Amino acid sequence: MLGTDDSQVRTVLARVLEEDRTALAHDWAGPETGDGGSPQLRREAVELVEALRQALTGTLPVSRIVEQDPAVRDALTSLSERRARAGAQPSATAMAILALKRTMLGAIERHTEDSALRYRAALLVNELLDSAGVLTFEVYSTGRERIIREQHSQMLELSTPVVRLWRHVLAVPLIGTLDSARSQVVMNSLLESIQANEARVAIIDITGVPTVDTAVAHHLLQTVSAVRLMGAECVISGIRPSIAQTITQLGIDLSHIVTRGSLADALATAMQLLGDSGRPGAVSG
Amino acid sequence: MNAGLPILRLGDILLSGLMSDLDDKTALAFTDELTTRIADEGIRGVIIDISRLEIVDSFVARVLMQLAGTGRLLGTRMIVAGMRPAVALTLTELGLQLTGVRTALNAEQAMELLGWRRPAEAAEEAPHAS
Repeated sequence: MLGTDDSQVRTVLARVLEEDRTALAHDWAGPETGDGGSPQLRREAVELVEALRQALTGTLPVSRIVEQDPAVRDALTSLSERRARAGAQPSATAMAILALKRTMLGAIERHTEDSALRYRAALLVNELLDSAGVLTFEVYSTGRERIIREQHSQMLELSTPVVRLWRHVLAVPLIGTLDSARSQVVMNSLLESIQANEARVAIIDITGVPTVDTAVAHHLLQTVSAVRLMGAECVISGIRPSIAQTITQLGIDLSHIVTRGSLADALATAMQLLGDSGRPGAVSG
Repeated sequence: MNAGLPILRLGDILLSGLMSDLDDKTALAFTDELTTRIADEGIRGVIIDISRLEIVDSFVARVLMQLAGTGRLLGTRMIVAGMRPAVALTLTELGLQLTGVRTALNAEQAMELLGWRRPAEAAEEAPHAS
């Protein structure tokens, strides 16, 4: 659509933005965005209009202004981020940007009588602000995704505490689904704690794991063999009857792993294992 | 036939450690020296400390498993001690589980597994009851 990108229209539009800058920003920031026209919003509106004006006097083609002009991009990004923090819907923000069209078209009308010029200017405004609206939406969703990622990683750390149950005995109470990312975190922190506490027995309690399928079982087996490589024993506890049935039905072989029904049983087993490893005194400690 | 790795003898136990960059020749020489000494000196237990190894690849893993197998044939218990968490993770991911190799957290625990106890420990146990 190179038709919209001629210099005459750009000059006119830049002049409109230049002369009516404050009026435009005021008109638009007031009623259209629907939050009473706070000074913050007005400043952002002025910034955006100014950035658009400078971009129009520059050499960048209209279709790429929003994408590549740093000032326009920054103005749109900060506007979208602020509104997202204030709890606005992304569609409302995009609509607000699109509402700038009407304000700008009104200003153009006041400036020129030439209808052909008006038409071309309208096309240009359309192209410019459509991509601006899309950008605000994009910024909104990227922000959301970042928050989700952060929360996900926080959850990973929160949900895998390694607790010391007894001298040389550690326990990991697992809560929630065990996927490969989580089992990696569990393994890491468990192995580090084994080294730090000189643990001889590690108990993995899966009472809080809702289902055990082949993938989960695979992760458990991996953890057990890593613990064994470190020179400690591993006991899995908290296997509920329904889970025991599922494991048997799936044909998962856990026969070479010590498993117990409850954490209490597992602790008793751990005591026995400690006794076997040649330190009966450790049990009384 | 000298691998350049120190092998200490404590009673009927041999204590040795692997350093990083273990190559083929050193590994063979080490196995050779160790087995000869096991047979000659009537060794009951062997401890190999690998706490200085930051990487254990399939080659080193195989050397360790072969050592354990050879030791068992000679009537000796071999214990690999001090594996780092990162190494344990990598080995598990590679599916190398060091079958047949006994592991211990550190050389001290390996000694205990072979029946050694610190004199202090025996004394320490009694007061705990109070």
